[in-house]
Amino acid sequence: MGRMTVAELERIKTEHAERMAFTDKTYLLLCGGTGCHATGSLKVKDALLDALEQAELGATVDVIETGCNGFCAMGPILVVHPGDIFYQKLKVKDMAEVVQSHLVEGKPVERLLYKDPAAKKRIPVQSDIPFFAHQMPRALRNKGIIDPEQIDDYIARDGYRGAARALLELGPDDIIEEMKISGMRGRGGAGFPTGMKWAFAKASPSDLKYVLCNADEGDPGAFMDRSILEADPHAVLEGMVIAAKAIDAHKGYIYARTEYPLAIKRLDLAIRQATEYGLLGEDIFGSGFGFEIEIYQGAGAFVCGEETALMRSIEGRRGMPRPRPPFPAHKGLWEKPTILNNVETFANVPQIVRKGGAWYASVGTDTSKGTKVFAISGDVNNIGLVEVPMGTSLRSIIYDIGGGIPKKRKFKAVQLGGPSGGCVPEAHLDTPVDFEAIAKVGAIMGSGGVIVMDENTCMVDMARFFMDFIQEESCGKCTPCREGTRRQLQILEKICNGDGEPGDIDTLEALSDTIRETALCGLGQTGPNPVLSTLRYFRDEFEAHIHEKRCPAKRCVSLLSFEVDTEKCTKCGACYRACPVDAVEWKKKELARIDLEKCIQCMTCFDKCRFDAIY
Amino acid sequence: MSAVAQPHHPDITPEMWPRIDAVINAHKQVAGAVITVLRECQNVVGYLPVELLDYISRGLNLPSSDVYGVASFYSLFSMVPKGRHTIRLCLGTACYVKGIKEVMTRIENQYQVPEGGTSEDRRFSLEAVRCLGACGLAPVMVVGEDTYGDVTSDKVIDLLDPYE
Repeated sequence: MGRMTVAELERIKTEHAERMAFTDKTYLLLCGGTGCHATGSLKVKDALLDALEQAELGATVDVIETGCNGFCAMGPILVVHPGDIFYQKLKVKDMAEVVQSHLVEGKPVERLLYKDPAAKKRIPVQSDIPFFAHQMPRALRNKGIIDPEQIDDYIARDGYRGAARALLELGPDDIIEEMKISGMRGRGGAGFPTGMKWAFAKASPSDLKYVLCNADEGDPGAFMDRSILEADPHAVLEGMVIAAKAIDAHKGYIYARTEYPLAIKRLDLAIRQATEYGLLGEDIFGSGFGFEIEIYQGAGAFVCGEETALMRSIEGRRGMPRPRPPFPAHKGLWEKPTILNNVETFANVPQIVRKGGAWYASVGTDTSKGTKVFAISGDVNNIGLVEVPMGTSLRSIIYDIGGGIPKKRKFKAVQLGGPSGGCVPEAHLDTPVDFEAIAKVGAIMGSGGVIVMDENTCMVDMARFFMDFIQEESCGKCTPCREGTRRQLQILEKICNGDGEPGDIDTLEALSDTIRETALCGLGQTGPNPVLSTLRYFRDEFEAHIHEKRCPAKRCVSLLSFEVDTEKCTKCGACYRACPVDAVEWKKKELARIDLEKCIQCMTCFDKCRFDAIY
Repeated sequence: MSAVAQPHHPDITPEMWPRIDAVINAHKQVAGAVITVLRECQNVVGYLPVELLDYISRGLNLPSSDVYGVASFYSLFSMVPKGRHTIRLCLGTACYVKGIKEVMTRIENQYQVPEGGTSEDRRFSLEAVRCLGACGLAPVMVVGEDTYGDVTSDKVIDLLDPYE
């Protein structure tokens, strides 16, 4: 196929109109994201195809493997259109029944529908499920709808129309102006205004410039970028084309985590399809403008999410940050002007250019416009990806969409922004998601990881966990980060092991101040955040560990005695049945006893005991 | 064919050398390709012995300190041999909150394999990895190419026993 034109885009859209509206056939949209693959969606797909063949429905039913649906905890997921019927946790053996009952007899299979944990009733229609009903998909608008491996599907949803407008109708300044009006701020963490970043790079004169996409999603608990790449790779490519036009770059790289093989595979395919259609390469849309994109695989280093480190890594060196200025907009990759934006940022760009910046800015708060994708995980009922307007409260995300805390446990804190972020307690749950408001309560928006923790989480242990992460991922270039975080980790380990001393908290705070003020890059400067935010809200837990040698959440093994509280034990035997090394002695109607000689302190009995009887 | 003499190494078999040379030759002229070359060579051999790093540095015409520096910086690269099966435990926050630490302890005890190490019989290597982005399945374990979700310390041994 030669050069793409707007008329051709329109023709493809018209041709696929019925399929996009689900009016010509029955469509079975099976989630093919990493999560669902892991829970067996590929085998479910085979079983589904077999069942359809047996029922001789091949001609009137289409099975489409979509990217990540977003409701990851419920996989494998199947959505049936028309009707928008949502099936969850499917098994190979269920598929014949789904085909026979739903498709042949017209009766959805009740037992496989979503069950609301609060109302305890089944909700058949996807858009009625609270998890989906409260969302506003923009960056995720195509997830679970299109086949990410078919470029025509993307085009049928107005794909590449933003690029067409940018290349044929707008000049670089118009594009940048539109981005400024949209109020879009970088979705990778720091929230720098995207339009301004592009304006700087545009103003830097150079023979060569680069557009980089940061797909090195390193924050633990954040998986929106992976999901966007798996579900809608063309949106990212289109966003990069528009950015390239704005700054006059002709070469782009996507720096992708090697831990995301499926995302890389789909991106690679998308780049080949777009090139074949003439949407990448030379003279796109006959505009005279050319741009090509290459994928660069990282090799596992968290610090490479930092922009200058990422550029070093593409240059084939150790991924270590360097001081700024010069900023990458002036001297970036190979010393040339470069812009680096995150996956979610790029995924929003085509719609901003197509619908206008004012449309994008129509939702959100004063300083944070548009929507934000969050990855909710941890101790929460509905785990998955959600996209909500800026300004939505954390409480709404966790309770209305997330469905609250499972096992009737109490909420303790929510961790935002990955290792550089912080923990927000119950008292601040009404904080709206907004870059400034979240910073005020001691966390950061970050890339959008929302990890919910229940009362069984030890906050000292969490601080230790994050510090372990930061210490190990410190590149070692600057002393405050390399030595300071190590020292903080040592102190936290000491406290968790029951060897904490008075004065440890003061030392932690003093070290935090020094590191914050003197570290070279963002990773180091925000490194002490997990310590500071847990100290701010959960100081009493630190004090209990240090002064009373007690872990209130019962997670720190060294502070537990592995004995049974004879008052609380109900003689149920759950611990006896769960113990992997037969260290629990128990007979019917008798109290349990733990043999400390045999016990390996694996904590299984703590998790199984519903009566808090082991201490 | 590379002009550099191939070193002898017990873990690099004769049929691996042409594949290694192909990787090096394909990237010789590409600036910044060393990470890609190391990844592809590790895919061939299973890990990166020091002799191979030297060979790569000569092939790419780079100082061996540069190549070693890159290989030691990124966690993907290993300079020690791996077991027949690599167990990767996700130590992302969601998995941690849901109890991956207990799973780790259980595996270490059962197979006598320390975190970051390999069991003596080379059956398992045990690695703690950064968030795999499958937080919906937390806690997550990956064995070779197989991903397991909702792994608990009492279930994990049943999952691992079939890997001989």
